[in-house]
Amino acid sequence: MERFLKPEEQDGYRPRIIGVMITVLVLFVALLLRLVYLQVVMGEEYYRLSMNNSIRLQTVDSPRGLILDRHGTKLAENRPSFDVNFTPKDAGDPGRVLTELSAHLQSPAEDLLAKVKHSRGLAAFKPVLLKQDIGRDVLAVVEARRVDLPGVSVQVRLRRNYLYGMNASHVIGYLGEVSLEELKSGDHPTLRSGDVIGKFGVERTFDDFLRGEPGGRQVEVNANGQVMRVLRTVSARPGRNVVLTVDRELQLRAEELLDGVAGAAVAVDPTNGHVLALASSPAFNQNTFVSGIASDAWESLISHPFRPLENKAIQGEYPPGSTFKIVTALAGLEEKAIDETTVFDCGGFLNYAGRDYRCWKKEGHGRVDIRRALAESCDVFFYRTGQRLGVDRLAWYAKAFGLGARTGIGLDQESRGLIPSSAWKKKRFGVAWQEGETLSVSIGQGYNLTTPLQMALLAAAVGNGGIRHRPLIMQRVETIEGEIVFQAEPQETGRLPISPRNLKMVQEGIWAAVNGERGTARRVHLPDIEIAGKTGTSQVIGRKDSGDDHIPPHLRPHAWFVCYAPAAAPKLAVSVVVENGEHGSSAAGPIAREMVKTYLRKVPDARRLAGDGVKVVVGGNG
Amino acid sequence: MIDRRLIHNFDWGLLLIVVLLGAMGLTTIYSAVTADPPPAPQKVLFYKQMVWFAIGIIVMAASFSFSYRLLDRWAHPIYIACVLLLLGVVVFGKFAGGSRRWLVLGPVHLQPSELIKIAIVLVLAKYYSKGSDPLGFSLRDLLRPMLLTALPFALIVIQPDLGTAGLVVLIAVTMTLFVKAERRALILLVTSAAALVPVVWSLLKEYQKQRILTFLNPDQDPLGSGYHIIQSKIAIGSGMISGKGYLQGTQNALSFLPEEHTDFIFSVLAEEWGAVGSIALILLFLILILWGLSIAHSCRDPFGTILAVGITALLAWQVVINIGMTMGLMPVVGVPLPLISYGGSSTLTVAICIGLLMNISMRRFLVD
Repeated sequence: MERFLKPEEQDGYRPRIIGVMITVLVLFVALLLRLVYLQVVMGEEYYRLSMNNSIRLQTVDSPRGLILDRHGTKLAENRPSFDVNFTPKDAGDPGRVLTELSAHLQSPAEDLLAKVKHSRGLAAFKPVLLKQDIGRDVLAVVEARRVDLPGVSVQVRLRRNYLYGMNASHVIGYLGEVSLEELKSGDHPTLRSGDVIGKFGVERTFDDFLRGEPGGRQVEVNANGQVMRVLRTVSARPGRNVVLTVDRELQLRAEELLDGVAGAAVAVDPTNGHVLALASSPAFNQNTFVSGIASDAWESLISHPFRPLENKAIQGEYPPGSTFKIVTALAGLEEKAIDETTVFDCGGFLNYAGRDYRCWKKEGHGRVDIRRALAESCDVFFYRTGQRLGVDRLAWYAKAFGLGARTGIGLDQESRGLIPSSAWKKKRFGVAWQEGETLSVSIGQGYNLTTPLQMALLAAAVGNGGIRHRPLIMQRVETIEGEIVFQAEPQETGRLPISPRNLKMVQEGIWAAVNGERGTARRVHLPDIEIAGKTGTSQVIGRKDSGDDHIPPHLRPHAWFVCYAPAAAPKLAVSVVVENGEHGSSAAGPIAREMVKTYLRKVPDARRLAGDGVKVVVGGNG
Repeated sequence: MIDRRLIHNFDWGLLLIVVLLGAMGLTTIYSAVTADPPPAPQKVLFYKQMVWFAIGIIVMAASFSFSYRLLDRWAHPIYIACVLLLLGVVVFGKFAGGSRRWLVLGPVHLQPSELIKIAIVLVLAKYYSKGSDPLGFSLRDLLRPMLLTALPFALIVIQPDLGTAGLVVLIAVTMTLFVKAERRALILLVTSAAALVPVVWSLLKEYQKQRILTFLNPDQDPLGSGYHIIQSKIAIGSGMISGKGYLQGTQNALSFLPEEHTDFIFSVLAEEWGAVGSIALILLFLILILWGLSIAHSCRDPFGTILAVGITALLAWQVVINIGMTMGLMPVVGVPLPLISYGGSSTLTVAICIGLLMNISMRRFLVD
């Protein structure tokens, strides 16, 4: 059924169509008037502007924010770089100019020509970048020959400069040209292709703060490309300065101590979660990334057996070894699987299901209680504790301590680690949990994986009475005038679900590990600072029943040490991993001890350092 | 069912206007795509546009071959199909130039936000043609058209394509004002929209606010869209009265103009043909739009009348926004100039619009 217009409706629509027509006429008259204004009234002026093609855009870089350590020491800054640009339209005879220029720049004229040709898709008035960061000598020559080199201009740009080349490279990170994916993501609306963006570390995490807003000018130039007048200016906004929680002195010390080995050292402030040092070894030189890293340099970085690009402090996952006994002890006490009076007899091994599970001490520890078990790292004691607990209760506590989950430090590619449970194994492998595996897990072997940062935070929480903090790498963000834009407040993420009494027992156990007569970490003992700590030796290959001391280096166990100091009111918690370092007490412990000294004494003791084995030393126990 | 009266009533005048505009469009595109310095072999874009025009003629013929009254029944299925395509853009869309607007279907890159404009005109014409109180549509009556517009609007905003989204609203508002709404309802709507602005504004992120401010006032961004506007104004102004001559535009040739074959095609024409050419083009557009409105005027059923007004409004707003933008009167948005700008989806949309206008025009005396 169609409905046709009744007369009164026609009366309604028809006048309104006339109304629409009048509106259209008004709009079009406006267009025509504007057109007449542009083409007739202003025509001469616009014609002149179009004939000169004389309006250029010049961008003004905004300096990237500085990266500072907790005391305000500069870690990353900007320095001027002189870049040679070439504007084909202003050159007259580009071939002649480029040939002459090539002699000064010491690059073949063909290369320069190719660069200019390559960018011909762009308009001829746009400057083409020929060479970045020419030295001051070359600059002087080019500037002196300015008249013979029309179209050539030198632009001063700011480049990133990392003041401590190889140091804190994993924390600070590096920059790179923004990738197509990053542009597409829509997260960086102000960036254009060719711009620089943080690619790793703090440079990446806090890129939004560090990156300023570029400014620019619309200018009118004459036939030689000289600026005649500035039409419009947008001032650049410099990036914000980022103040880290890192203590440069401690960071550098940790890196020095790790020199030559693969490993990581982390130091945190147990009172607020500030990360004081986050060292990963070997490091790389961030300055090589500034103007685009050469492919062979990149190749050697990624093929290096010690994986220098990996931030082992947060990306490295290692079985925690005996440092995990802290977790087993706390879980056992809290679940009443053991108590202060529980004594197990260690005969050097525990027979379970027809197999001998060895203690590291072949002759056995004899009768041990919880404090001695921690101090002397008795495996049998913790096998038995683990048996009573079962894997799932143990896993619950480990997770409640923050293991098996990212700490939320905010740096990229942080690993979770792994805390196995019976459900996990069923899901992952489709087979049921074996009781024997519980024994391995109880002493930190088996499927357990932790990162050095996780273990440092665990030590901090044990030391400070049970408070867990989110690790902070950045304290605050400031404008260049020093106005605080953002302040990172310490954040409590939870408490260890452990009673003060039980926590104290474990604290005493690991205090004795360092300060007791038979403690496994006696080497770490300092006369003036009480350290509480735990050694660890984590198997790279399964521990064999028959001891074999001739293991190839890359299969040797990793050495761990976690500690806090001073024991009574900790100001520092440290965790150290030395890959294939064999024994926590000899390879990792001394590094932690030197870090404690550096931070708490502030005066490094050169004599002690030289006399004691700080480097990897084979021997001792873990 | 070819009725002799249909051929007799065919709107040859409209066809002539469209052919003239199309010829100006192709000529200008040829200039825009060949002016770039080598190596920029974009001549292929000119041939592509010829192909689009050929397809456009077929689509136009198809759009007047059946009675437009059938569209009253098809309006909702067409609308739903277009909304699904828009949803497809959100999910599978191709990302280019900072937004997600295209659906890639084999060799064809479809821009569903073009087609949805017609779909909205159809559903609104269908709804409004069912009649209202003598006082006009009440607030409750207007709820449905508002929802029908808001859904595609939201899908276009998230692409983001602020220009097309705004255009969709303009078309819907034009049609609503045309069919008459209760004064009370209009006042309420305008005040509540005004009240919502600060709320939405406070929810936006800093860079989104910045983008909208720049959008409204390109002078705030002299290095981005402000730069485009000044170059476009130089191009148009420098054409003066008689123009620099075909293929002689210096602004065009030196790539000073952004998007010279799509959004800024008018600047190319104005530079090369001067006031003579650009006034002729604007007058042709004016005739096209008045022609569309006279079709609405002579149509005898509400659906056809409102449909013709909606389609004409669609074309008119695009002309005003696009030409206004190139002359610095409007914000810089990606709204193509009908029949002139390069672009497949845009050409097909315009072809459907013209075909439907012809459809309504040739059936104005017929009663089913």
